[in-house]
Amino acid sequence: MKIWKLLSGTALCACLSAPAFADKASDTVSMAFNKELETADTYFNTAREGLLLNHAVWDGLLYRDPQTGEYKGNLATDWTWIDDVTLQLTLREGVTFHNGEPFNADDVVYTINYVTDPENGVKNKANVGWIDHAEKIDDYTVRIILPAPFPAAEEFLAGPVAMYPDEYYAEVGPTGMGLKPIGTGPFKLAELEPGKSFTLERNDDYFDGPKGMAGVGNVEIRTIPEVNTQIAEFFNGTLDFLWGVPADQAEKLEAMGKYTVVNAPAMRVGYITMDTAGRSGEGPMTDQRVREAVYHAIDRQAIVDALVKGSSEVIDTACSPAQFACDQSVTGYEYDPEKSKELLAEAGYPDGFEIDFYAYRNRPYAEAIMGYLNEVGITTNLNFMQYAALREKHRKGEVPMAFLTWGSNSVADASAITAEFFTEGPQDDARDPEVIDWIETADTTIDKEERKALYSKALQKITTEAYWVPLWTYNVNYVMSQEMDFTPTDDELVRFFDFSWN
Amino acid sequence: MLLYILKRLGLAALVALTVSAISFSLLFLAGDPAISIAGENASSEDIAAITERYGFDRPLPVQYADWLVSAAQGDLGRSWYFDLPTTQIIGDRLGVTMTLGLLAISFALILAIPMGVAAAVRPNSLIDRAALFISVVGQAIPSFWFGLILIVVFSIKLGLVPASGSDSWKHFILPTVVLGYYATPAIMRLTRAGMIEVLSADYIRTARAKGLNPRKVLFKHALRNAVIPVISLAAVQMGFMLGGSIVVESIFALHGAGFLAWESISRNDLPVMQALILVFSMFYILFTFLADVLNAWMDPRLRVG
Repeated sequence: MKIWKLLSGTALCACLSAPAFADKASDTVSMAFNKELETADTYFNTAREGLLLNHAVWDGLLYRDPQTGEYKGNLATDWTWIDDVTLQLTLREGVTFHNGEPFNADDVVYTINYVTDPENGVKNKANVGWIDHAEKIDDYTVRIILPAPFPAAEEFLAGPVAMYPDEYYAEVGPTGMGLKPIGTGPFKLAELEPGKSFTLERNDDYFDGPKGMAGVGNVEIRTIPEVNTQIAEFFNGTLDFLWGVPADQAEKLEAMGKYTVVNAPAMRVGYITMDTAGRSGEGPMTDQRVREAVYHAIDRQAIVDALVKGSSEVIDTACSPAQFACDQSVTGYEYDPEKSKELLAEAGYPDGFEIDFYAYRNRPYAEAIMGYLNEVGITTNLNFMQYAALREKHRKGEVPMAFLTWGSNSVADASAITAEFFTEGPQDDARDPEVIDWIETADTTIDKEERKALYSKALQKITTEAYWVPLWTYNVNYVMSQEMDFTPTDDELVRFFDFSWN
Repeated sequence: MLLYILKRLGLAALVALTVSAISFSLLFLAGDPAISIAGENASSEDIAAITERYGFDRPLPVQYADWLVSAAQGDLGRSWYFDLPTTQIIGDRLGVTMTLGLLAISFALILAIPMGVAAAVRPNSLIDRAALFISVVGQAIPSFWFGLILIVVFSIKLGLVPASGSDSWKHFILPTVVLGYYATPAIMRLTRAGMIEVLSADYIRTARAKGLNPRKVLFKHALRNAVIPVISLAAVQMGFMLGGSIVVESIFALHGAGFLAWESISRNDLPVMQALILVFSMFYILFTFLADVLNAWMDPRLRVG
């Protein structure tokens, strides 16, 4: 008897003390990260979650308006190119960091010189590798010196290159910054448990900049790896915002009619790469007719309609339509299995051939591709691997054919993808000297039109020669409570300061 | 008894050393760690710089010797992923896993031993069949699915407990049930088998013949003997639960050591995996050792060097 009393008693307590609801009344948006972030120090993590925190807690010198793509001053108010490799910036006055440290030229010079010093080992070298160093002209004027002309400089200054407080960073270093981040951004980091949770609080002293004052008071983030658990928490009202929800789940949530489901494109693109250069041996992929046959064989639109869904689009360029200089007038090859068979026969494979096919994510997409290839006689042996393992294999040139994706770090410039894959790096399967030359010239050309023209040539050749079969853009499903108002952008960057209540 | 304990300890140390050597070499076979550290968006230059910085180009035995020397001094290296000392990370996470492990094994024992006894008293009766059914279900249900069903029923529908997290004792209820239920069948079966064997022993017949209270015979005379192998099994299960709570920890977003192990594998965070393997095997060895000592204490016949 006693035991039952005790048990029913505890059950009752549990009922009464329902979990704290995060909602409009408490001015708190609760959301989840899928993975543990290694550190909050934005220069020492490579995850998208880190980029989201970056834009909330810190500011860059510039800001890119996600709607218009226009660059605006953020911590800098004005910027001019003195010559091709010298950028002079006038800094905003009266800005303070969350710890009270005033923002001035010393902070910019310290941050840039710290992160560009190879000794300090920042993780994303591509984010800062284009800078040589920074110089202070006076308290509110700095110069950034480049080793070579770099047209995407503004994009990077508006993106990952966050400004740190010099005195604080010199004292605590990356470890301290990871545990107690201090920036100038629209949110302060109130509480942090490494890998587990982050609590952000509106910075009421935020300056009048392009990001604007945060629309909600608090953002609470917990790491919940399992999507189904996230959805359970969402049903319970203990999460108000989900992102990256799989298409089938998003459809079900939308059908319930109680939640706002928004789909937005992401910068990530999918593609099939083929070993044109023959690094894995003189396979069939060294023949252009075979690569064209692969291009003709796959009904990409059908895969997008049936599986990828959302706002994804079929692409014929080796970059994302959201990126600068990613010319969408490039023409590719239509879905035409008969033509594909003809090309294979011409190339000496009337009965097709067998080839190893590698992939690391979206297995159903990979299997759909394999199905289409099978139709024209190409038998694929699927090797489904962890990303790191596949990337290593690819870098060693042991992959004849693979279905891969690239997210470009949300950098809205085609160089963020082409420089990695078509300039003779270890992941360049084409090794086309002409393409390499065009891209390298483009990436040191400041004139925008000239640069675009060079990119168009390079992208058209990549598609015509079928070095890649560009597949589709990815998309992200955002699900939120109806109390919340948020319009996702097409770069998969959730700007917490754009959250507001209805 | 002392010699017995010392021998066991020496053996334990050797096992730990072997485990660490094997795991170290296996982990390096898993792929180039530099690529994992660099992350998905890293460029080729990043990877080259990391290879150099961490010394991955050195021969494997040299890297292992390095690790072993530091480990002997209590330094298990820094996590490549978090860039924090592994001892600190594991220390932060171990509490959750230990709590969950202890709760789960207690839950399993509380559920399994009475069921085993009840089943053994009347073999092949309805009670026996019911106990068998409950335990077979426990073994058969994937904990992944079971966990989600419990969340749907007890958290979403009834609102009794939170779905995930580790902030209060209420957060531990569902994970304890899921993890504990999985360990129940083995313990139940062993209790039942042990009890059936003991109950047919001569001394039980004698005790009953003396006219002792049947309950006293069952619990004091029979169970005490039947439970000895159950203790060993529980210790082994406890070791299993520390490492095996991976699925449960990720469903319920408990940031414990099991989850850390799983995540570290996908991140190729070798120092953490290496340290976790060492810590887990130490616990495993410790629990087995404690079970041996406890058994020896309960059953004098086992106290042989």
